[in-house]
Formats: sequence, structure tokens, C-alpha cells
Amino acid sequence: MGSFSLHASCLAQPKLPWSNDCSQNLNSLKLPALDALEPYMSKRLMETHWGEHHHGYVEGLNKQLEKNDILYGYTLDELVKVTYNNGNPLPEFNNAAQVWNHDFFWESMQPGGGGMPELGLLQQIEKDFGSFTNFKEKFIEAALSLFGSGWVWLVLKRREKRLEVVKTSNAVNPIVWDDIPLISLDTWEHAYYQDYKNDRGKYVNAFMNHLVSWHVATVRIIRAEAFVNLGEPKIPVA
Amino acid sequence: MATAAASSTAPLSNAFLPRLGPNGGAKSTRSLQWAKNQRQRSSPRRFGAAVITAKFELKPPPYPLNALEPHMSQNTLSFHWGKHHRGYVDNLNKQIAGTELESKSLEDIIIQTYNKGDLLPPFNNAAQIWNHDFFWESMKPGGGGKPSGELLKLIERDFGSFEKLCEELRSAAATQFGSGWAWLAFNPRPSDGKELLVVKSPNAVNPLVLGYIPILTIDVWEHAYYLDFQNRRPDYISIFLEKLVSWEGVGAKLAVAKSQAA
Repeated sequence: MGSFSLHASCLAQPKLPWSNDCSQNLNSLKLPALDALEPYMSKRLMETHWGEHHHGYVEGLNKQLEKNDILYGYTLDELVKVTYNNGNPLPEFNNAAQVWNHDFFWESMQPGGGGMPELGLLQQIEKDFGSFTNFKEKFIEAALSLFGSGWVWLVLKRREKRLEVVKTSNAVNPIVWDDIPLISLDTWEHAYYQDYKNDRGKYVNAFMNHLVSWHVATVRIIRAEAFVNLGEPKIPVA
Repeated sequence: MATAAASSTAPLSNAFLPRLGPNGGAKSTRSLQWAKNQRQRSSPRRFGAAVITAKFELKPPPYPLNALEPHMSQNTLSFHWGKHHRGYVDNLNKQIAGTELESKSLEDIIIQTYNKGDLLPPFNNAAQIWNHDFFWESMKPGGGGKPSGELLKLIERDFGSFEKLCEELRSAAATQFGSGWAWLAFNPRPSDGKELLVVKSPNAVNPLVLGYIPILTIDVWEHAYYLDFQNRRPDYISIFLEKLVSWEGVGAKLAVAKSQAA
């Protein structure tokens, strides 16, 4: 069955990238280290956000896929793009995209995150935003002005071959437009309410200064360069 | 955050202002209408100038912030009303300062900035002010139970039964993905003869922009229930219907809606 456990060794639970080893022994199911992002993202919040919301999307999606032969066998990436259906989303889209979005979000953070990117990624940011400070300002402004539920992304636009800050609503994400996200920030209220209540600004700052993983962003842009030529084309001279 | 305590004392005195009725919570149809028409604004008129500028004010719920305990906590009210609702008021005032919207009523601003779906910036704040005023009025201490009279008659005519209405409301509220609202609304020009309908809307949108007259709403933005229910939105919706909804208020709004439509 096209059932999403995402990382099968953890049964039907979505995996957190900085977790303890998810034992192969199904009887000793270890929980990931939900307290690893303290004090910027509390264990209590992670228990609800990962354990209830993210888990709920996985279960919801699996239930929908039980009845759908056509979508059987798709990878999650393919599922998200197919069910987005060019802007007229199918019922499975919300669940599929939210599963994808939350996987991506956990991986966009790390204990001891924040700071600045280096080398190639920093250069690309400076090229496309003027400076890292400019980028940071744009990202924060996007997060604060996003109305309702949604996500903020640092994205490599495939066709334009440049980095941009993008806001999306609800479950939408940049892969539906074939772009390549490097980091994301969840601005659904459930992502921060238990720790920050209405103070989204404080949450966004905590993310930028203490949680965002530039390490992961670098790995992602390295991979993206296999698909997008960011340099000048090398035209051989006859 | 010392403000949480501070904001809960201020509205206690406001909640018992005479215009809200002698008991602070009980309202007659007439005072509802009066309160609705007298949209709270402070109007510093400039002498000799033809232009009146006015700022919107944050209207308190028609009951103290702890009055809905234990079903909706004082903690929730102090953030929901004291921070979120207040924020929309402050932001709208900033946005309309010095513009032609400054002299318009809230409903007019909403319709104009809805701009047939191509939202202008003040829409979100204006509509959210209206929606939250309406939400507090949709609830009361000791709420729940069943509607009666003309309201119940229309419900049974248009939904089959009160239980069917509750099912539709629950479903709309639970399935509004992301942020939004679920509504019971009055349609003054129904093509199918059904004057009452359940509507769900995203973010700040409300049935006014669809040409309907809302008579009940439930806020399903996560900030409305997260402190008390976390992700358990269906439980929040149940508690709303069983313990909070003010069917008297709904009936009063229905009467106003029908008289406006006539």
C-alpha cells in the first residue's frame, strides 16, 4: 500500500532529523528528542506540533490513499505536485503537502542553529539580496505580514536562477511551481502559540537567531546546483 | 508579560457601561441595534474644518473576560481580545489615517476594500474587527441549549432539524482548512427559498461580502482555541455549541436581518 511512514523504522511516526536512533525493534519505539530545540521551541510544543498536527496529517493522508488506486505508488514529492493539480487542488493535497512541509521544516532547524551561512550560499544570498542583513529583514517582514496560516521560504527560483523570499498560504509550498526551497518557517499559529502566544515577532527572531540550520540550507543548495546552473554558462569557443 | 493582567482589569468597567444593558450582558433587540449603529468611534472634530476624522475603538465583549470560564478561559480572552482583536483595531486606524476611508463606517470599509475579492490592505484588519465584535456577541455565559421561536422555526424549515443545523455547523467549522470562520447567515434573496445557510470562510472573509447577513459565528483561527484545546478543534466546536453559543443573540440578529431585508 502507498502508505507514508516516511522513515519506516519509526513505524507510522514522522521522523525528526536530530532524533535519537529510531530502533529497528518495533517494540522499543524511541521517541525523538523533542526537547532538543529548547528553550526556543519547547518540548511541550513539539509534542503537540509533531505528535498531533504532523502525525494527524500523516494519518489523514494514509486514510485518503487507502481509497485511491490512482495515487498509489507515488513518492511524496510527486504526490504533492500531482494533487496540487495546477492550483485546483485535489482533496489529498492539504494532507500530502502538510506532511511534506513539516518534514522539511524540522530539517530546516537544528539545536544551536542561527548565525550566518558561509562561502557559496552566503555569496549567493549577497548576490540576490545585496547583503545577509537585507535578506534577513525581508524574511522577517514576510513572516510578520503573512496573514492567516502559511509558510515563509527561502527559495531558489529555477527559471530565474536566483534566491527569493516567498510566502505561501495554508499548505502550499514552492515545489508545486517546480522551485527549490532551502529553508522554511511555519507561521501557522500552532507552530508558536504555546511558547509565544500572539508574539509572532519573538518567535521569528528565535528561529532566525537560534534555530535555522544554515548547514542544511547549504546542503540543499549544493544539491540544487545539480539541477540549476547558477554560474555563467561556459560556452566553448570554436 | 505584565500586560495580560492589566488588560483583564480594564474591560471589567467597560463591560458594565449602560449602553450594553443594565446587567452588562443582557441585551434587548433595540439596544443591539443601537449598539450596532453607534459604531464606537472617538471623533475629534476640527473646528471650522469640513472633514471629520475618527478612529475606531476596541469594543469589549458584553461580559467580563472570565465570564465564559471554564469553557473559554480568561487567559484565552485576555489574549484573543486584548492582543489579537486590539491589534486589528490599532492597525486599521494606522492604515486609514489620512485616507478617504477615515470617515467611513466599518461595514463600508469592509465592502469597499474587499474590492470584489482583490483585497486591498485595510480589508484584513477591518473585517477582523467586525468578525471579532460579532464573535463575542455570538456567545454568552451560560450559553448553549436550543433556539426557540421564529429562529427555531426557520432552522427546522431550512435544515430539517436543529440537530441537522448543528451537524452542518460542526462540519463547516472543522473542515475550514487553515484560519477562518464558520457562520450561520441570513440570505435576503434566496433563490431556493432557504433563508438560512451555513457558510465557512477563510482568514478575514465574512458573509457580508457575499451579500448575506451573518447571525452567528465561530472563530476557527487557531488563536481562538489553542490555549484551551491545542489541536483539538472538534472539541472546541462542541463546547462552543453546548456551552457558549447565545441563541437569544442569534434570534435577535435574525429579527434585525429580516427587518432590514423587508
